[in-house]
Amino acid sequence: MKEWFRRQPKHFTPASRENGQQIPDNMWVKCPSCGELNYVKQLNDNLKVCKCGYHMRLSAHEWLCLLDNDSFVEEDAVLGPTDPLGFVSPKDNYSQKLAEKQNETGMLDAIVSGYGAITGLPLQITVAEFDFIGGSMGSVFGEKVARAAERAAERRTPLLTINTSGGARMQEGVLALMQMAKVSVALTRLAAAGQPHISLMVDPCYGGVTASYASVADVIIAEPGANIGFAGRRVIEQAIRQKLPAHFQTAEFMLEHGMIDMVVPRSELRATLARLLRLYSGSCSDDVGSLGNNSMMVNA
Amino acid sequence: MTTTVLTPWDKVQLARHPHRPHTLDYVRGFCEDFVELHGDRRFGDDAAITGGIARFDGRTVMIVGHQKGRDARENVKRNFGMPRPEGYRKALRFFQHAEKFGFPVLCFIDTPAADPGTQSEERGQGRAIAENLLVMAGLKVPIIATVIGEGGSGGALAIGVGDRLLMLEHSVYSVAAPEASAAILWRDAAKAPDAARAMKITAQHLLALQVIDTIILEPEGGAHTDTPAMIAAVGDALRAQLDVVSRLDIATLLSQRYAKYRAIGRFQEHQSEILSHLNGGSPTSVLLPFS
Repeated sequence: MKEWFRRQPKHFTPASRENGQQIPDNMWVKCPSCGELNYVKQLNDNLKVCKCGYHMRLSAHEWLCLLDNDSFVEEDAVLGPTDPLGFVSPKDNYSQKLAEKQNETGMLDAIVSGYGAITGLPLQITVAEFDFIGGSMGSVFGEKVARAAERAAERRTPLLTINTSGGARMQEGVLALMQMAKVSVALTRLAAAGQPHISLMVDPCYGGVTASYASVADVIIAEPGANIGFAGRRVIEQAIRQKLPAHFQTAEFMLEHGMIDMVVPRSELRATLARLLRLYSGSCSDDVGSLGNNSMMVNA
Repeated sequence: MTTTVLTPWDKVQLARHPHRPHTLDYVRGFCEDFVELHGDRRFGDDAAITGGIARFDGRTVMIVGHQKGRDARENVKRNFGMPRPEGYRKALRFFQHAEKFGFPVLCFIDTPAADPGTQSEERGQGRAIAENLLVMAGLKVPIIATVIGEGGSGGALAIGVGDRLLMLEHSVYSVAAPEASAAILWRDAAKAPDAARAMKITAQHLLALQVIDTIILEPEGGAHTDTPAMIAAVGDALRAQLDVVSRLDIATLLSQRYAKYRAIGRFQEHQSEILSHLNGGSPTSVLLPFS
């Protein structure tokens, strides 16, 4: 009976930006996977997962909704990129491109970081923004993740990184490449503090982010169907001169090949993270005493 | 004697020159002894990575390097110096072996890229590189890395997180190969010379960017024109660096390594006003009901 009263527009206007634009409720979004129309309000209620199961991309600020209400405190918001190579080329003016993206996204670079909580358990968090030059990792990205790791170590809290990226910020050249090493050294400090790094890899995640911190976390989670890999699909296809199967470089492929811990649907993500945080908070690796007491109790 | 000014693209050609000395040429040239080791103990033996224990300057060191082929057949065997995950895992094994025995590690970088094949993805190329970065970051022995040819992005860095970074005068080190960069940025791989220039990939650029520590001069015309002299020069440079880093106690070594990599990057701290300027204009996010 409800069907009769649902609007069936002849045309639809797909959201020009699926991730985060204030869209009037009476609009529909076309699923990039199945082509079906999703009523925007229902789609949002479903965490932007289509009826077919396709997980649409979220903005960094949408990801922050994973945290407890009002728990997120942003840090390093004023860190912004420069143009260290003075990158100007026949078609590209990097400084201009940066300004454009900054105005479009309201962010200074491709990452948000800070701290918050999930079910009251504190954590340090970084979230990448794919809309900002493909979530590419440059100096600001690397600096924010490094600081997040160091702060998590200092505060003795876990670090959660939400990772989507096309790879290194090419316009920063070798400085971008070296961010992989920079974040790696910072992570040694987190390890020394006995705190876990949980990496959530979402569609798409490639290149220098996959080939550095995102793949050496203590727990690696991916979303269903997410495209994850090191070399880009086109690069591989050109190298081997063959079309690749659809299953290649998906989250499920990564799981099969032993590269990640779990594939978690978006609806179960917050609960999964809460369980992990609780498990890690239950055993402090620098608190061996309590562990000893427990085994004594079992033996008695 | 005329000095030609070489463009970045010229240097790319020199860095890739078929007669340019490779890792094993150096090792056999200036080490008093070298025992090559093989295998990753997990899957196989990747010939794109070579290494082993060697006697250099009166002490035992661990050698780890990319190895390209000298002819077509050898290039196939060595996959043109492009390591697969088993190559990086072999290197990882060598790093840990060196740490166990307190051997300094000498790395030789010369690769177009990490192998971009389907099997490499299946065996976890991203993870293999990432793991090496993390292990090198905390390795309790000195690491000296020298770019002898091409430094092909993450595939190079995976054996390149050194306490000291050296580059041969005409070697290059890039976040992506010029052809790939041109294809990605301007959809035209033929613009590679422009990419080579724009991305500042030469040894001179990297020194100016304070990413590397020293440039080793090459014979006029490039390393391949006088290989014995080049080998000797690299030997001398490594001796000097090794002399310095091997005197440091581990704690100091690690904290200097930390500071070195922690400091790389350029960014600015804005006034907070910029945020209200940006956020004033931008759309607000929808709240999503995660539960």
